[in-house]
Amino acid sequence: MKLELRGITKRFGALAANDNVSLVAEAGQIHCLLGENGAGKSTLMNVLYGLYQADSGQILLDDKPVKFSGPGDAMAAGIGMVHQHFMLIPVFTVAENVVLGHEPVKFGGVLDIAAARKKVREISDRFGFDVDPDAIVGELPVGVQQRVEIIKALITDAKVLVFDEPTAVLTPQETDELMAIMRQLRDSGRAIVFITHKLREVKEVADKITVMRLGKVVGEAKPSDTAEAMASMMVGRAVDLEVRKTPAKPGAAGLEVSGLNVWNHEGQQVLNDVSFQIHAGEILVIAGVQGNGQTELTEAILGTQTKHHGSIKLSGHELLGKTVKQVLDAGVGFVPEDRTEDGLVADFTIAENLMLDRSDRAPFAKRGVLQLDFLAKFAAEKVAQYDVRAQGIQAKASQLSGGNQQKVVLARELSRELKLLVASQPTRGLDVGSIEFVHEQIVAARDSGIPVLIVATELDEATQLGDRIAVMYQGKIMGIVPPDTDRTVLGKMMAGLSA
Amino acid sequence: MKLSNKTPIILAVVAFLAVLIAAFAPSGTTEIKFQAEGDLLPLPNIDVSVMAVTWFAAILMLLLAAYSWFRRLVQKRSSIAWLSPVFGVLFVLSVLTTLYAGKTMTLTALLQGSLSLAVPLIFGSLAGVLSERVGVVNIAIEGQLLAGAFCSALVASLTHSIWLGLITAGIAGALVALVLAVFAIRYVVDQIIVGVVLNVLVMGITNFLFSTLMGGNLALFNSPPRFDTMPVPLLSQIPVLGPVLFVQTPIVYLMYLAVGVVWFVLFKTRWGLRVRAVGEYPKAADTVGIKVYRTRYMSLMIGGSLAGIGGAFFTLGQVGAFGKEMTNGAGYIALAALIFGRWNPLYAALAALLFGFSENLQFGLAIIGSHVPSEFLLMLPYALTVIAVAGLVGKVTGPAASGKAYIKS
Amino acid sequence: MISKFLRGNIALSVLAVLVSFVVGGILIALSDPTVQSSASYFTARPTDLLSAIWNAVFGAYDALFRGSVFNYQAATTTGMFKPITETLAFATPITMAGLGLAVAFRSGLFNIGGTGQIIFGAIFAGWVGINLDLPWILHFPLAVLAGVFGGALFGSIVGLLKATTGANEVIVTIMFNYIAALLLSYFLKTPFLQAPHNINPISKPILASAKYPAFLGPNFRLHAGVFAMLAAVALVWWLLNRSTLGFQFRALGHNPSAARVAGINIGLNYVLVMAVSGALAGLAGTSQILGTEGSLTTGVAASFGFDAITVALLGRNNPFGVLAAGILFGGLRAGAVTMQASQGVPIDIVFIVQSMIVLFIAAPPLVRSIFRIRAKVEAA
Ligand SMILES: Nc1ncnc2c1ncn2[C@@H]1O[C@H](COP(=O)(O)OP(=O)(O)O)[C@@H](O)[C@H]1O
Ligand SMILES: [Mg+2]
Repeated sequence: MKLELRGITKRFGALAANDNVSLVAEAGQIHCLLGENGAGKSTLMNVLYGLYQADSGQILLDDKPVKFSGPGDAMAAGIGMVHQHFMLIPVFTVAENVVLGHEPVKFGGVLDIAAARKKVREISDRFGFDVDPDAIVGELPVGVQQRVEIIKALITDAKVLVFDEPTAVLTPQETDELMAIMRQLRDSGRAIVFITHKLREVKEVADKITVMRLGKVVGEAKPSDTAEAMASMMVGRAVDLEVRKTPAKPGAAGLEVSGLNVWNHEGQQVLNDVSFQIHAGEILVIAGVQGNGQTELTEAILGTQTKHHGSIKLSGHELLGKTVKQVLDAGVGFVPEDRTEDGLVADFTIAENLMLDRSDRAPFAKRGVLQLDFLAKFAAEKVAQYDVRAQGIQAKASQLSGGNQQKVVLARELSRELKLLVASQPTRGLDVGSIEFVHEQIVAARDSGIPVLIVATELDEATQLGDRIAVMYQGKIMGIVPPDTDRTVLGKMMAGLSA
Repeated sequence: MKLSNKTPIILAVVAFLAVLIAAFAPSGTTEIKFQAEGDLLPLPNIDVSVMAVTWFAAILMLLLAAYSWFRRLVQKRSSIAWLSPVFGVLFVLSVLTTLYAGKTMTLTALLQGSLSLAVPLIFGSLAGVLSERVGVVNIAIEGQLLAGAFCSALVASLTHSIWLGLITAGIAGALVALVLAVFAIRYVVDQIIVGVVLNVLVMGITNFLFSTLMGGNLALFNSPPRFDTMPVPLLSQIPVLGPVLFVQTPIVYLMYLAVGVVWFVLFKTRWGLRVRAVGEYPKAADTVGIKVYRTRYMSLMIGGSLAGIGGAFFTLGQVGAFGKEMTNGAGYIALAALIFGRWNPLYAALAALLFGFSENLQFGLAIIGSHVPSEFLLMLPYALTVIAVAGLVGKVTGPAASGKAYIKS
Repeated sequence: MISKFLRGNIALSVLAVLVSFVVGGILIALSDPTVQSSASYFTARPTDLLSAIWNAVFGAYDALFRGSVFNYQAATTTGMFKPITETLAFATPITMAGLGLAVAFRSGLFNIGGTGQIIFGAIFAGWVGINLDLPWILHFPLAVLAGVFGGALFGSIVGLLKATTGANEVIVTIMFNYIAALLLSYFLKTPFLQAPHNINPISKPILASAKYPAFLGPNFRLHAGVFAMLAAVALVWWLLNRSTLGFQFRALGHNPSAARVAGINIGLNYVLVMAVSGALAGLAGTSQILGTEGSLTTGVAASFGFDAITVALLGRNNPFGVLAAGILFGGLRAGAVTMQASQGVPIDIVFIVQSMIVLFIAAPPLVRSIFRIRAKVEAA
């Protein structure tokens, strides 16, 4: 089936998330939709899937205009979607999730769960997925959950399949397997729309490439184009994909983690005998697929994990078992993974966010009374220093763009006297300009002579930013290697095979 | 599989309490009377030794606690579902025989009274299950019960038709649920606020109309007919349980039916699967074409109509007239039952029965002149619920999206 | 920008109040016997019906006004101004408890437990007020402190449960309301609080040395608690906007996980929030037991727990807004008494109007749509 989107415009308030976007995806082709975070790719696909109603524009299937008032219509018309955030119900079984919305029933609306199981097995066997229909989805690894999403899209026999950033949660190996699946689906005559911002993947599978920027289609690219060319189309200016930094001058060991074990609330072990050191003036990147214990490692350092064993020493002082406050006071700067969830209070002003960590002490407070004059001065200074683009220090954090939000977090965390900087996916979801700024700040922190720990899920960022790279897999450090290590080796380590 | 020490610890503590009861229980006997009026097969009363019963219960509980530790430590398996209820029954047995030492315990009457008190609680908790399972917190159960009680009395009085009264009760409950739904879903008002306010609104309206409308002409507006008991042939002849369960009014039979149907529909049908999907992750349900809002409205209103019928039990099933604030907090106990029953219709009904029992026990104990203050028996549902939500007896989590509005973009 | 925002909100609140009074008026008219009888011959003499409706509604709201603001029919000057003092007497505990709930709501904790916390405040204050024999200068502050402590204690148990076990505070506070009421009822039947030789559940009278001064004299129920209320409004404003503690409370309310990552102790703050919230409800309890009520009964908390929720919402959790809403609802309470006495309109009309106000306030689009529809009708 041929899919055509013609002049789609979708506004959220003043923002045109899609501005007159057109695109044609042919049957038997993989059509890549490439664009930076926030370019409007997901919005476009949600319009196609009937989740959003376009303000103007048309959707055509096999040259016939169609109108979807909801996802049900889109599915009935043969459109399937693997969502960026899985649309699975964790407490349901695989079979229940897969048939939800078009359940096989016996007399009087009674669920025919046996039929559902059979369907799952069929598709699972046809594509070699190996998924147990009776498993509870929430207990499955992410890679398998994604297969459940794919089965779900295939069960309605979709002719157009949309994959929205499907590789973000996968290991390089799993990514390769997914690519193979996409090719297989293409060869079965389906039209595939593959959304990503990773150039490497585009070059590997795309038959056709459409590039989006700031809600508009800026042009088409060929798989044979260079990565630099595609990147500058995406960003709208020549970009330097390199992080500029001088060679590290490592000093004495600053952070020493040894024999660290952590268990989560459910009692599962999430960190297994983790040991490493970071020297002063050095960046260690923890690489790995999301969900392999990186979050727990940074949380253990911060002091928000409660069940642990081992030791985390900063300049010889034990951090493990300390409260968050004590850890911050010991000189740890912490940039959390999810800035809107953990980094900022969205309803607070920039100024208030800047004193979130020190509202109880001089010079921000005296004997429990806030010193608002000082705060105003301090905030104005930081906003200027970090070039936070906002209406003023009284602007709410929620009104800032992702890049400016991250600047506020950095401004706060770097304004303390630091002995260690920990940053988790510090550039996630940022535009290229902000990414460059954040990288500069991290390198500057390193050059000021403190150890820096970065968690990165994208290999490119890991190899460019890191002075050394530690790869984590299922709560274990698989090895610590130099940044010029071969990608396939890193990929293997990320999949749990030793280097 | 995650293992928790909580259940074995709690069981051990309760078993220890049972041993204490046994050790300090008065000697003597408790007479248990099974007979109910009109029983065909008269059963003899039996005398049991307090010592024997309490020690029997205590030792059995110790053994069971030991077994649960064995499972936890040696077999490394999680606790078994039936263990806690069995423990509960044994403990209650032990407490009861102690309280009734030297007295006569009329078992049938005790159970009958408990069931009566539990009927509106069960209807109410079903309403709660249906709305929380679809993702809307229903604090307004109290209001739904009260609206049902009032409207059934009014309409049954005016039309002299008890069945019309019952139907109106269902409609009234559904209307209160509709208001809750409109505010919670359409206007995205905090569900707890709407619930609390609705309860007071319904109370205000029914009180107001009771004073003005009904007060003006009681005979015309507030003298509904009452349901008679309809013994079920054969079943009502079962000793002890027969008279308790099967010599009842039609509303009670409707309640049995409702519990079963709600359970079946929720867990075995397409509609139930969709309801639960909407309550867990509405966006995911939306992406497969399920109408989230419509499902929420429907489930809420069906629940509301059940609560309304539960409210009619006060007027058409029991008192025979409406009285100001006659539900007297039953809606909140129903809420407690639903949480204690872990959002499952069957368990919620059992919890409601337990709460009805503890409420009824005060009357039984008053008759024999016991000195256990009734306040503490009445407190039981609330205290147990606090214990349950504090996670002291296993993990209690409701549907993931319960209480959260779903905003379609 | 901010003042515009505020104006929008205030306009909305006023409209919500207006609509609710209109609905209340309709109910009053419908239930009026004269209206009912003249409706039966509406076609013959329509003016009868209209004047009956006018009489019923105007009569009721006039009585409401006379009972809550100014009684122009009174014979004496004292009588004329008494209504406004009655309003303030009702407003005092409502506002105090409302402030408590506002603090909790601002901190992201849904404290439905005003009733229980008021009861605990009253039990503690009452016990001290009955059983200690001290000069006023010691006895009174001690009794007030005891009440505040009682409320804070009962509140902080909820915070502690939430901090340690994650127990949902909505459910816990609802259950605690009943537990508190049952405990009070038990205490009033046992020598702990029950007046000796009394079969009713009532305590001995509070000693005069523990009472809020009746600064207007014995003919007025209004007592010095009203100044405590004003002080509490100022204190809560200062706490929320100028203190570290309040800043941390608000951070907790908006985003607990960001607060935690920034080193704020979440568990401790849950306990503190609930303690402050409960303390204010406890203060409301003291206003009741050491102010307006002579002795402790099961009805000590009246409907103030619910009223507190509504004033916190209507006042948008802003201390001054809570004060305004508290006075409004205090006026409703005071006026309703007169309305019932002189017009025979049941007091329950207050609950109806009050709940409608909250529902309308909570759903601005609803109010807007009502007025848009009205505008259209007028245009046509
Ligand atoms: N539901 C929404 N409401 C408001 N703004 C939105 C919504 N969804 C997306 N946006 C905004 O639209 C722009 C495009 O978002 P999106 O389509 O998710 O980008 P992409 O998928 O390319 O990263 C972003 O600026 C985003 O903030
Ligand atoms: Mg996207």
